[in-house]
Amino acid sequence: MHNLNVWFGSNHVLKEIKIGFKPNAVTAVMGPSGCGKTTLIRAINRLNELIVGSRTTGEIFIDEENIYSKETSVFELRRRVGMVFQKPNPFPKSIYDNVAFGPRIHGVSDDEELQNTVERGLKEAALWDEVRDRLQDSALDLSGGQQQRLVIARALAVNPEIILLDEPCSALDPMATSKIEGLMRKLAEKYTVIIVTHNMQQAARVSDYTVFMYLGEVVEYGITKSVFENPQSELTEKYITGEFG
Amino acid sequence: MVSQRLSRKNGVVRQMKGRIVYVLCVIAVIVSLVSLAVILFDAIQDGLPWLDLQFITSFPSRFPEQAGILAALWGSIWVVGLTALLSFPLGVGAAVYLEEYAPQNWMTSFIRLNIANLAGVPSIVYGILGLGLFVQALALGRSIFAGALTMTLLILPVIIIASQEAVRSVPRAHREGAYALGATRWQVTRGVVLPQAFPGMLTGTILALSRAIGEAAPMIAIAALVFIRFVPTGPFDRFTVMPIQIYNWVNLPQSEFRGLAAAGILVLLIVLLCMNSIAIFIRNHYQKRAR
Repeated sequence: MHNLNVWFGSNHVLKEIKIGFKPNAVTAVMGPSGCGKTTLIRAINRLNELIVGSRTTGEIFIDEENIYSKETSVFELRRRVGMVFQKPNPFPKSIYDNVAFGPRIHGVSDDEELQNTVERGLKEAALWDEVRDRLQDSALDLSGGQQQRLVIARALAVNPEIILLDEPCSALDPMATSKIEGLMRKLAEKYTVIIVTHNMQQAARVSDYTVFMYLGEVVEYGITKSVFENPQSELTEKYITGEFG
Repeated sequence: MVSQRLSRKNGVVRQMKGRIVYVLCVIAVIVSLVSLAVILFDAIQDGLPWLDLQFITSFPSRFPEQAGILAALWGSIWVVGLTALLSFPLGVGAAVYLEEYAPQNWMTSFIRLNIANLAGVPSIVYGILGLGLFVQALALGRSIFAGALTMTLLILPVIIIASQEAVRSVPRAHREGAYALGATRWQVTRGVVLPQAFPGMLTGTILALSRAIGEAAPMIAIAALVFIRFVPTGPFDRFTVMPIQIYNWVNLPQSEFRGLAAAGILVLLIVLLCMNSIAIFIRNHYQKRAR
């Protein structure tokens, strides 16, 4: 990201962000409420543009290409950058149709190919064994943790390169949370994982790199271990020790 | 000590108020139901003796024993059927456009406001409009087609508003999820919004059609108070509808025709009941699936 600025109306939410994310690693984005973490990752798949009155300046490069240039197809971009939201949002369709939705809208119509893709997605999201016998059941019958893994499978079905997760475990119980945290480490082998989290322990458990944000600016960025044990900035130290947050 | 006593009294007073409101609500329900029951009872008492197979299969006649509602029944079916075919796509399309595609400027706000106004325009106004525009200016004559077009205009605002509500009820999270996968606006609309909104749209349309089938004033303007003694065979035939036939009979001097009118009312009510039951059935079916 270079000189990234985002405004919602007159609210300057992200200020001159300049940061790079390491591929094939898990990066956690941390910070107190309202610091712009969600806006930051939504800038990566240009989902901020759905909000009326938003304005973005600056550049974000994925593989040397500026995704904000006029030539970029935003639909192709969103295929390459998958997103998982805070509250699981599966479509009120069958499990199969949920995962197949992505490939279908990008033109895959061959039944066998779809079948294979759905199976691969569900396997990579560690959900296949639990649902293989009931793919036609409604996705809404699944538990919260299963639904979230379904959403991950849905994102994986279109072969992304980057996966964004916005506080994916905040609505889940501890068992489901630990399953998803394990899943994220595994996904990092193949994809670049960026996770927004409110939970410092989660960031410490799961991530290789950590970004600390405050009031729309990046305050610190580095290897998780050193950010937690040896923070460069005083703000970071205060946040980690719980003086605010 | 004092504060303890006061708070207990306060609780009793609040409970009393609640109970009074509850009793008033129950009274309101009873009054409504009793009024409905009285009307129904009156219609059943007058009309049931006249309601038989002969009634449903005969044409109107000067002689009460031979008169029947066949022409009007078929006329109503034709008009409502054609109205459904015209109004559903128009209403749904307009609602989808207004909710998903239209930009948020003063012009669309103006349109939205006026659709709500149009829903409240008296139906006779639509009848006069239909007479001038469809029957005369477009030379469609006093045909079923002109009647259906008029009815479409009448119920379109209601369908649009109901469909808008249905579209709005689709949670934002589902739309965002689809966009995040790389869907275009049409793909989101077709894949996520329409399937979820469809039951609401269908229910709204059927309820609007239920209203249309009972409208007398605009149909009198289009079809006129004539003696129709044939079953329509095409959309350009002349026609009559059940409300008109009932109105005709009420105006005739012989007292037997009062009973015929009541029987006509019963037939109309039965058709309405069927339509509403279908609407409720559809809504329940989809509510069970969506959870």
